[in-house]
Amino acid sequence: MFDAHRPPARELLSDCVHCGFCLPTCPTYRLWGEEMDSPRGRILLMDLAEKGEIPLEGAFTEHIDNCLGCMACVTACPSGVQYDRLLEAVRPQIERNVPRPRGEQLFRGAIFALFPYKRRLRLAALPGALYQRLRRAPSVAKLVSTITATLPARLAAVESLLPPVAVREAFARLPRVTPAVGGNRRGRVALLTGCVQDVFFHRVNAATVRVLAAEGFDVVVPRDQQCCGALELHSGREAPALVRAKRTIETFEVLGVDAIVTNVAGCGSSMKEYGHLLADDPEWAERAARFSRSVRDVHEVLADALAEGPRAPRHPVRARVAYHDACHLGHAQKVRAQPRAVLASIPGVELVDLPEAELCCGSAGIYNLLHPEAAAELGERKAANVRSTQPDVVVTANPGCLLQIGKHLRGERPLLHPVQLLDASIRGVPVPQH
Amino acid sequence: MPLDGAARRAFEAVLDPQDVLSDPVRCRVYECDGLTGHRVVPELVLLPRTAEQVAAAVRVCAEHEVPFVARGAGTGLSGGALPVADGVVIGLNRLNRILEVDPVDRRAVVEPGVTNLDVTRAVAQYGLYYAPDPSSQQVCTIGGNVAENSGGAHCLKYGFTTNHVLAVEVVLPDGSTVTLGSDTGEQQGPDLRGLFLGSEGTLGIVTKVTVRLLRTPETVRTLLADFPSVAAAGEVVSDVVAAGIVPAAVEMMDALAIEAAEEAVHAGYTIGTPAALVVELDGPAEECGSTFEQVRRICEAHGCTRLHIAGSAEERAAIWRGRKAAFAAVGRISPDYFVQDGVVPRTRLAETLDRIAAMSRSAGLRVANVFHAGDGNLHPLVLYDGAAGETARAEELTSAIAELCVEMGGSLSGEHGIGTDKACSMPKMFSRDDLAVMARVRDAWDPQGICNPGKVLPTPRLCGEPGKYRPHPLEEAGVIERL
Repeated sequence: MFDAHRPPARELLSDCVHCGFCLPTCPTYRLWGEEMDSPRGRILLMDLAEKGEIPLEGAFTEHIDNCLGCMACVTACPSGVQYDRLLEAVRPQIERNVPRPRGEQLFRGAIFALFPYKRRLRLAALPGALYQRLRRAPSVAKLVSTITATLPARLAAVESLLPPVAVREAFARLPRVTPAVGGNRRGRVALLTGCVQDVFFHRVNAATVRVLAAEGFDVVVPRDQQCCGALELHSGREAPALVRAKRTIETFEVLGVDAIVTNVAGCGSSMKEYGHLLADDPEWAERAARFSRSVRDVHEVLADALAEGPRAPRHPVRARVAYHDACHLGHAQKVRAQPRAVLASIPGVELVDLPEAELCCGSAGIYNLLHPEAAAELGERKAANVRSTQPDVVVTANPGCLLQIGKHLRGERPLLHPVQLLDASIRGVPVPQH
Repeated sequence: MPLDGAARRAFEAVLDPQDVLSDPVRCRVYECDGLTGHRVVPELVLLPRTAEQVAAAVRVCAEHEVPFVARGAGTGLSGGALPVADGVVIGLNRLNRILEVDPVDRRAVVEPGVTNLDVTRAVAQYGLYYAPDPSSQQVCTIGGNVAENSGGAHCLKYGFTTNHVLAVEVVLPDGSTVTLGSDTGEQQGPDLRGLFLGSEGTLGIVTKVTVRLLRTPETVRTLLADFPSVAAAGEVVSDVVAAGIVPAAVEMMDALAIEAAEEAVHAGYTIGTPAALVVELDGPAEECGSTFEQVRRICEAHGCTRLHIAGSAEERAAIWRGRKAAFAAVGRISPDYFVQDGVVPRTRLAETLDRIAAMSRSAGLRVANVFHAGDGNLHPLVLYDGAAGETARAEELTSAIAELCVEMGGSLSGEHGIGTDKACSMPKMFSRDDLAVMARVRDAWDPQGICNPGKVLPTPRLCGEPGKYRPHPLEEAGVIERL
């Protein structure tokens, strides 16, 4: 039985009319062809659990755990079922009420002791950097492949995701304030730099700041910002996620900016949810709602600026560019047109969509660490779809997707965040390779 | 009779044991298809990966007299894939390979779990497509389409599934495998392929389907027209057909359906308009252009209040997305609903809709209408709130509507099938002799009565004794009484 703390609402459960339109967009249904690993099946299970007809332990937990939380079903649903809200209510119920096996507990604990902490990630990245350098030596590479072959699948997944990281980049910092280029300022925004993003993709943050400034925004980067709680929130670890949400609100609300900007799809979707998450907390409800209203994905800000008239001249980039919609941007935030508009503002860019674009790449927060086999199948499928469009460059707006697709594309093509491409165009420099 | 241990072990011997689901929680998600008013939890769910495994599983069923129900994507609206208590569900979702595409002879051979739209996706590169297009085409499977002889918006011009399936490989209820029909569509002897198409899973399980492909039309033109009344829109349909035009599709939606669809997809439908028609023409550009003008004039002659012509492929897709999502979108304006499926002669469309409106008023339940106007195939949606105790009234109304279609000289079902939903209404349309012949045909294929039992034909268990009770004259006279 669910406990009394925010169980999934009956009205939300009964919104589902069982039409099945969600099935073809659900990654696990596509992989396994089983009804209980489809959105419709999971909603039926939630409904039974809510009525107390089935236990939470066992099959129920297994099939909810199997969900990537990609929200493709929310996009596909003609009846307007809010699966996002349902999952957000059910996952914490499982975390609170279903004891996990010891190994599972330890592994999850380790993930959440590492990823939300920039400092720890940097430390982890350091031996990573050393190791990557060593790995170039054939004898070490051979040794490593023997060791990883014997590692449990999940640890091997962590190992193979580790991106090449330069020590200098892992420790680089952005200026506290970057003024708008030219006198005529459009606005003042604050940037959430993210955790994985800032350590492994600092160059994306740097490009974001340059692009925003070039388009007429003062960019504030608060030094005391911490993790927004997205990974915990999407995994049902509600209590620590809420602590992080409150801390993030405190850090940003005092800045007096027009918008809080993020270039990470996962962070954006969780920060836009704060208002809903804290709606029952009288002390925080209003602050959280105000905060969430001011959160914008960087593409939303840039697309609005484009509509007003672009400021920064673009240099042509002659390239066929495949854009992958990150699930937390496309499905969760419904931000699809804006990144395309931003990319289309670069002269010479030929934008192509991917086949099976609605299908998750398998990254899904920490899913590729918890369910490496399923994630690898989805990653291979995504890579094959990317190859089929024969792009010169692949772009996507989430570090998880960049890592996952990067792993499966095996360095065949440059893989970037869209702002990196825009940044190269504005500065008139060659397109970066990563 | 619950499944015995020997049968379970036999299933696990012919399939990978992990493809045999017995956990009661997992089996529960197979308890219904798109018709959620009926639910039965199966004993086991079998998820074979090959046609050979399907045949082997059916042989086990035959040997142990275990009733079985085949299931595709579970989108059916007549309860055709409703499980049987003490029986097994055979899910064909994993047989989803496209085995062969022959662009020269315009054929494809696919497994039953391939979705309808995936057939078109696989052949689009050759300028070909698969014509039947049920509204659920992105989800529903070819196997299910074969079982239900599914239709769709474009069947007005191009015909139903049966017109596009050349041959089927079928596992018969005894577990043997036969091929019905042929690659060329010719067949010696009686048309068993034709008999199998639309048999709603009662004659066997299809494991391979050879479909006919058509050339993608050179031009497609689509218009969306609003009308001041359903009757006016109905007259347009009659006039278009009377003018000798064969549109690719003519769809009608009423105010409620428009509201739901527009909320779901924002396709540019006019909220508040009493009726809208979607008319699509396809073919060579010149022919298409001139008939399109004709249709436009007919619309204007009947007081069309707004005429929107899709200017791009995206706009056309949006109009169709709205129409095709309409059933499920009704979930936005009502907690529960039943989708009905009946056919009336096109000339009696307006009259039928008036009668439905009157029935809706007297039942105190809203009815939304979305339908294939070109061939008189109605899809009234009865809106109700199960939590408010309206279920029984809604069921009565929906059955009454189906029976009204028969009374109008039409049919109980156009494309969704009889299944569980309308088995009890069959005597309204067919005589006892008709039904007896159908039962004999079925017995010839399935003498053990294990293949999707309880569907299509009325049974005492489902419907009570067949025929309406007529009191004996002595009973009427008060001489004897019924106990």
